[in-house]
Amino acid sequence: MLLRHTSKEVKEREGLTINPAKTCQPIGAMYAALGIHGCLPHSHGSQGCCSYHRSTLTRHYKEPVMAATSSFTEGASVFGGQANLLAAIETIFSVYEPDIIAVHSTCLSETIGDDLQQITRKAKDDGKIPEGKYVIFASTPSFIGSHITGYANMVTGIATQFAVSTGVKKNQYNIIAGWMEPSDMREIKRLSKELGVKIVLFPDTSDVLDAPQTGKHVFYPKGGTTVAELKSAGDSLSSLALGSISAEPAAIALEKSCKVPFETLDMPIGLSATDRFIMALSQTAGVKVPDEITAERGRLVDVMADMEQYLYGKRVALFGDPDQLLPLTEFLLDLNMKPVHIVSGTPGQRFEKQMRLLLDARSPETNFRNGLQADMFLLHQWMKNEPVDLLIGNTYGKYMARDEDVPFIRFGFPILDRIGHSYFPNVGYSGGLRLVEKLLSVLMDRQDRDALEEKFELVM
Amino acid sequence: MEQITILEGRQKQIFEKKNGVSQPDIACDTSSLSGSVSQRACVFCGSRVVLYPIADAIHVVHGPIGCAAYTWDIRGAVSSGPELHRLSFSTDLQEMDVIYGGEKKLYHSLIELIGQYKPKAAFIYSTCIVGLIGDDIDAVCKKVAKESGIPVLPVHSEGFKGTKKDGYKAACHALMKLIGTGSTDDISKYSINILGEFNLAGEAWIIRKYYEKMGIEVVATLTGDGRIDAVRRAHGATLNVVQCSGSMTWLAKEMEEKYGIPYIRVSYFGIEDMSKSLYDVAKYFPDRPEIMEAAKQVVSDEVKTLYPSLQKFKKALTGKKAAIYVGGAFKTFSLIKALRSIGMSVVLAGSQTGNKDDYARLKEMCDEGTVIVDDSNPVELSKFILEKEADLLIGGVKERPIAFKLGIGFCDHNHERKIPLAGFIGMYNFALEVYQSVMSPVWQFAPRKGGTL
Repeated sequence: MLLRHTSKEVKEREGLTINPAKTCQPIGAMYAALGIHGCLPHSHGSQGCCSYHRSTLTRHYKEPVMAATSSFTEGASVFGGQANLLAAIETIFSVYEPDIIAVHSTCLSETIGDDLQQITRKAKDDGKIPEGKYVIFASTPSFIGSHITGYANMVTGIATQFAVSTGVKKNQYNIIAGWMEPSDMREIKRLSKELGVKIVLFPDTSDVLDAPQTGKHVFYPKGGTTVAELKSAGDSLSSLALGSISAEPAAIALEKSCKVPFETLDMPIGLSATDRFIMALSQTAGVKVPDEITAERGRLVDVMADMEQYLYGKRVALFGDPDQLLPLTEFLLDLNMKPVHIVSGTPGQRFEKQMRLLLDARSPETNFRNGLQADMFLLHQWMKNEPVDLLIGNTYGKYMARDEDVPFIRFGFPILDRIGHSYFPNVGYSGGLRLVEKLLSVLMDRQDRDALEEKFELVM
Repeated sequence: MEQITILEGRQKQIFEKKNGVSQPDIACDTSSLSGSVSQRACVFCGSRVVLYPIADAIHVVHGPIGCAAYTWDIRGAVSSGPELHRLSFSTDLQEMDVIYGGEKKLYHSLIELIGQYKPKAAFIYSTCIVGLIGDDIDAVCKKVAKESGIPVLPVHSEGFKGTKKDGYKAACHALMKLIGTGSTDDISKYSINILGEFNLAGEAWIIRKYYEKMGIEVVATLTGDGRIDAVRRAHGATLNVVQCSGSMTWLAKEMEEKYGIPYIRVSYFGIEDMSKSLYDVAKYFPDRPEIMEAAKQVVSDEVKTLYPSLQKFKKALTGKKAAIYVGGAFKTFSLIKALRSIGMSVVLAGSQTGNKDDYARLKEMCDEGTVIVDDSNPVELSKFILEKEADLLIGGVKERPIAFKLGIGFCDHNHERKIPLAGFIGMYNFALEVYQSVMSPVWQFAPRKGGTL
């Protein structure tokens, strides 16, 4: 057993993290920037950062992931990375020809004190940014927060550095996507269209990280929110932020800079959160919920009723990212399941409070921890003390699932060993159906596998 | 096809072989140009991949969480026993640590870890930030070593302090501190160390078995399926056999200087190089001709079954063209030969970390018209693949989806290979994988081959 060294006894650790349930900010910034059309993410740091992020995203999406790096050397680390970044901007525009470069910092450039705002301004002053092209930036120090923080920071950078208020409102609404998959973003767009609401969704990685095979390697795939759309976001009637940790900061910034009012919702995962999303969108835009969406909801509720007996009381351990964990936990509770342990490496009191609120009301005995030392080692120890029927989390959960011999559903980031997440959404009613199907499949497969011959049933 | 420009300043790192024309040496060993979409990694990555397979040590990444998260069990370096190397340990440095220093945190982390896991040794990797905030990790390591009684070895792998190759060197530096601390009693005169073999998909086991069949004692494999105790007695071996030019040559040179152990360079890929690596070792022990006899026997036994099994692939693949872009240049040499043995030619050959000699040799080996690149990027790779009409790309994780988007086959000859490609059996696996990917029915549906609706 790979994790045979995991002891049952939980001791407080002083600093050490074992098997992290998070990663660092820059990869989140890179992912967010890929959701802008014609944008090349740029990592202002050592070469390794960029390489690691690209590799991880490539493994998760099985897609080419393009990003450039400042390639810090020892000199840059002593004298500052300004020269590297200026040279990089020039090189990128002349060779890779993006419309936008989205620069994010790293622990290295943050610590030596590079000021991205100042450097990008200098690039503009020095004429290194061609007419009609853009360089945006986000500060994403790796020693604060997690990959989710980095995503939120870049989305905020996108919102503040593009959106302008012309003073004339447009009949459209912003939807700011929390960290979700391309498939989820596609589904958000479909639902909005179904409702008849014109939206600007950003970022939008659909048609970027789920691109078709064309026989060409396209540096800037067809998807992504366009500059024109992003600019117009400042004239939208209001914003819906899907996720209080990964999306709300951008909505707040947009309200400040362009006076676009906002509402924050959970990411629409599961029945209740999707209900809130559909209601919010229909009320904000003053449209009626079409019959087709009502029918979609009905189908999900129907399945939930049909299958409740198989899910009732099942004990679940889950780990992942805040904005996904909250509605997922709520959905599990709606399905009459029992979340027993919840872990997220992403720190933050806001998330902690929200989760506590949900748990206090509906499942007060659930173990929950986020932030430092909330890692997979801790989760594994908890699972040893209070066993579960099911584990939900990213691919790294497979070690625990194997050691404890529990069914496992891949959910979150990264998923390195399966496909599906890019193509089939978890959000919306159809996403809810997919989740129920997955839950049932693993649990019933297990039941079949373990059943005694006389108890092995055709109709379960 | 449309013209794709080559990055200015990159021209010296690209080169097309033309017979009868004298051409300048390729520029290499340089850091990547700022702003290029390089496929390269950093110093830390170099150290991490070299030491990672040592399975009974703990590997602690001192830095913010990312460096540990991205290198958690991504390389299939198999262990026959303990699997401590597959866990991820990080000091997860926070803002306050950056301001006040992370030494205390590192100290406590190490004490906790060593108490819990009882490893044979600990490797402490410093990341970019540690180099900046000035943590004295040497002092912490010394203190912990004294208190715990196990070797605690700092690896100075700050990401920005050079290229991946410098990371190999930092790793070797740590290994040098271990080598020479174990007993060399009972080591045969007919003994070797296997250097630069990381036991991906169990490859080191295959190689080791060949040598053992020849009557050679393998003292230590550095670092595949590695054990601290074996590393400590590596200085007792008579010969160092080095694979993978970049990562371990430095260690071999150090061991030669300090312990007088000579080294030879070998490759275990392809029939030709695999056989040569057995013969070269046998040649080193002329006083015992049985070794050479045994080597010949191993080769003849293996080739007898392998050769006929390759013919099916060769028949299908003859005339197909390959592009190679891998980490080390030495691997490229073997791949060219291996591909030729199944009827394929190489139209693009490149590496992330080759040196001047490597590229000179590559130039010599390649056919006319072959493009040779150092530290390439996706734009160049796609350009040359399309221009030269390659049917296959051999590369690593970041290159795979590019090949598939272009509609050509792919073979991972990097971290993510799941079946052994080394040894004689590896040649069969390699040919099978190439065949399966190049001849896949999926390419009839890919637009490059005219498969649109």
